[in-house]
Formats: sequence, C-alpha cells, structure tokens
Amino acid sequence: MPPLIAIENLHHSFADGWDALNGVTLRIDAGEYTALIGPNGSGKTTLAKHLNGLLKPTSGQVLVNGTDTREASVSALARLVGYCFQNPDHQIFCASVREELAFGPTALDLSPGEVTERVEAELAAFGLAGLRERPPAVLPPGLRRRVALASVLTTRPRLLILDEPGVGLDAREQADVFARIAAYNEAGNAVLLISHDMGAVSRYSRRCLLMAAGQLVADGPPNRILCDAGALADAGMQPPTMSRLSLATSDLGLPPLMLSPEEYGRALLRLREERS
Amino acid sequence: MDRIVLVENLNYSYPPLVPGDPVVDALQGISLTVRRGETLAVMGPSGAGKSTLCLALCAVVPHSTGGVFGGRVTICGQDTRTTTPAHLSACVGVVFQDPESQLFSATVEDEVAFGLESQGMLRDDMRQRVDWALGLVGMSDHRLRSPVVLSGGQKQRIAIAAAIATRPDLLILDEPTASLDPAGALEVVQALEGLRHETDCAQVVVTQDAELAAALADRVLLLDGGRVTHDLPAHEALRSPGLLTEHALFPPPLAVLNAYLQARSLPVDWRTVDEAVAGVRRLLGAEGTCRRS
Repeated sequence: MPPLIAIENLHHSFADGWDALNGVTLRIDAGEYTALIGPNGSGKTTLAKHLNGLLKPTSGQVLVNGTDTREASVSALARLVGYCFQNPDHQIFCASVREELAFGPTALDLSPGEVTERVEAELAAFGLAGLRERPPAVLPPGLRRRVALASVLTTRPRLLILDEPGVGLDAREQADVFARIAAYNEAGNAVLLISHDMGAVSRYSRRCLLMAAGQLVADGPPNRILCDAGALADAGMQPPTMSRLSLATSDLGLPPLMLSPEEYGRALLRLREERS
Repeated sequence: MDRIVLVENLNYSYPPLVPGDPVVDALQGISLTVRRGETLAVMGPSGAGKSTLCLALCAVVPHSTGGVFGGRVTICGQDTRTTTPAHLSACVGVVFQDPESQLFSATVEDEVAFGLESQGMLRDDMRQRVDWALGLVGMSDHRLRSPVVLSGGQKQRIAIAAAIATRPDLLILDEPTASLDPAGALEVVQALEGLRHETDCAQVVVTQDAELAAALADRVLLLDGGRVTHDLPAHEALRSPGLLTEHALFPPPLAVLNAYLQARSLPVDWRTVDEAVAGVRRLLGAEGTCRRS
C-alpha cells in the first residue's frame, strides 16, 4: 500500500513571486494525528492546499494514496482528503443543515440511501439532529463550526485537514469538537491539525511538524517540539508557558518536557518529598 | 467626564432570525461602567452576550439590529437610543474579530486615513495622525502596501490603527487576537499596551484568552446567559481556574499550577514564568542556581 501522503521536495511559488514552499518532503500515513505549526506566513496553509489539489506544485511532487495530484482532479482527491476551513462561513452555503451535510457525499455520486445514512450519523454525532431543517447561516458560531466539520466528515475522508478548528469556540465547545475529531481519528483516519493553539496541539496530536519560511524545520512528538526553544525561536515562535517553565527548571531533576500544569505540579511535589 | 461607558440595567432581545421564531434574549439586566484609561475584559462562554454587548456600546444595537431594547447605554455622555452609530463613531473605535470584515481600502495609509477623511481633517494633520497610528501598531513600513496581501496579524494591526487614528475615547475590540498566531497576538497586545500609555482611551476587550486579559485588563466582566455573573479586578478573576472553567474559559497554565499547589498546602501565587522559576527553585532548595527561562 502506498503511503496516504508522500511529498517530495515540494516547491510552490505564487504568481507575485512569493516562494511559499521551499522544498518540503513529508510522509503521512493512515491513522496519524499530526499537528502542523508555524508562524503566520510560514506556508502551513499553502502546504495543506497541496494535499487536496487546490494548489499544484511549482516543482516537486505530491502523491495522495499513490496518485500524483497533478494528474488527479480536485473532485477525485476529495474522496480521500477533506478540508475544513478556518472560517466556517467560507464553506457553508446550503439552505438547511441537512442539505449542507448531504452536499459532499451527493457530489461524490453516492446512492441516496448511503447519503442519508451518513448525514444522519453525523447529525447524531454532532448533536445537530434537532436542527436539520434550520438554515446553517443563522446558527451561532459554535454550531456553524460543527456543521462545517460534519459536512466534511460525511465525505468520510481518509485524511481530515482542519485549519484552526477551535477558533471562536469556547472551552466546552472546543472539547466537543476535538472529541469528535479524536473519534474519527481512532476509527483509522488521519488528521492534520493546523493550529496556533499549542494547548490543543499538545493535548490531541501525536506528531508535530514545525514550519518556517516554507520549510519543515522540525518533526517529532508534540512535547518535544513544543519544548524545543531553539527550533521555535528560529521559527519566530515563543514556547508556550509550561514549556518555558519546564525548560528553565529542567536542571533541578524534574522530568523534562512537561506541558500539563497538573503533571508539573505532581512532579514538583514528588521531588520535594524525596529531597526532604 | 471620567465615565466613558455607563450601562444601566440593559436588556436586549434580537428580533427572530427566522420569521415565526421567538425573539432571542441576548442581554439581561446588564450594568457596568468603564472609566477613562481603564481596560475591561469581557469574557464568558459562547452565546453569553459578549459580542452583543460590544454592539450595544457602539449603538449598532439597537439602531441597525432592531429588537427589543430596555435600560440605558451612555457613551461619552451620549444616550445610544438617541445617538446613531455614525454619530457615535466620533468617539468610539471598533475592531472586529475578523479584520477582513473591516478592511476595504487600496493601501494601508488610505485605510487608516479613512475615518480622519470622513471627519474632514486637514491633509498635513491627517498624515501625522496616520504616522502616529501606524507607529503604535508597528506597521510604519507598510504604508503603501495593499491590506489584502498582509498577513492576518498585520491586517488586524491595520484595523486597530484605523480605529485609533481618530483618537477615540473608547476602543472596543471583539476577540482581536483570536485568528492570530502567538507572535501576531503578542504584537497586538503590545500595540494595545502602547495605546494605554499614549492615550487615556478606555478599552473594552472581548476575549476567551485569559493570558491576553491578564496582560491588558484592569477588570474582568464575566458573562453567562446574557447576565453579568462577576465583575472583578483582573488579577482576582484570572487566578481562579474554577471560575474560569465554569465560564468555559481556559485558565492560564500558571493559575492551574498555583491552584494545584495551593490545594496541597503550598501557598504559591506565581504570575509570570520568571516568578514560577524562582519559586520552584526555592521550593526545591536550589535558590541562587539561576538558569535563564
């Protein structure tokens, strides 16, 4: 079986001369939960848009499930790769929640029975069943986000790309949305989470890619990348609060790379007890 | 006049979005004041009424939204029921969550000058004011660029520059950093801090980000279900992880660590990473063995 995503020395230059990607090589396998981090303008979105063929390489190659994206239509790639935009209003356009969720699978030529089955499954999973005939545009932001995500999941993509799925949601809504994403991942599907929210990255992903100036500059477990002060600084980013504390006290015998305050507190108390 | 914002028992319901639906109660019995030079963070779960409150402070509610309005909102001495948003814009600047929704000019300097031009300011004065506003947000080198090609963080800083160029008495910011990366968010926070030093403009900032509130706010107003549940000094609100979690907010990591240790009889109250580093060293008997954070 070919890897789900295989990118080889990918370059992309925009018409205005901006070199957004400068030689990215990357492989993503089925079932991974990968976070893509980096400052604004580092090429995260440009990279992601190559995975579903919205953008084609200026040079280099992107293979999705073994198929070169230059030889595949966006609609064919949509069977494998689903893209949920940062702003749900950029993708919501139907007159009802039900039609919104049905749009993708209908466009993929699934039978009406199959479409209905998927729509009902996602309505139930997202707690949207009571809203099926409502116009999505008038729903509050948290519900619009869920509709947008549900309408991508009804296409059952093997790779789900999420651009800042938590933005505009409160902590409870974020927990709901990320729980649904985790369940989709646990069912064997790959997730690519593009986010500035280091808390979400450390809580949910298992692999973290750091981009800077159109290149991948680090690739590893999230706690290692988020505590790599040097790589983050070179990328123009600041480590999150807990990794700064963890790094600055790592010489005292505390375990390194702790991003959770409770975990840090526990380790601190344990060490204090041992020493007294 | 010291009280820039005075809200007295404000009740507001939106008209139904879909004909036949009931009205939507958004704000119930809201009272608050914001004084000159003060920054108020407005926080709470989705649907709590935070954005509606912002719209009421700039008179868009009820003038452009209709609905049922009760109580009184007085901004810079003007009652919003009898003052239009256009009229109020002379003393109120607004920055929305998504800068794309408010940028429309061909160049950065035109964008920032728009409000000044509308006020009929003289050309030389206008140039100086644009310089000042762009300097405050660190965008002086981008005057002649098109806002369209800027990054999200740069766009938001232009939106702020445009809002402060008229030197408003009140600046309203609805989730100004929600769509920015941490570096961009930090630039916006620094711009807003600079603004507090440079002017005595009152600020109302809606945010879900407790660390942003800690950096900027004097007071925190917690809303839930359209009501004020707490109106507290910022440091008090932000060191109560339980209170924040109840309002569907992520507490700052250091507040969680403080609360964890306090619950186990260690009376710590670390506000910054540096304080925490020093505190941890003290607790482990390793004072003086300093390492930079």
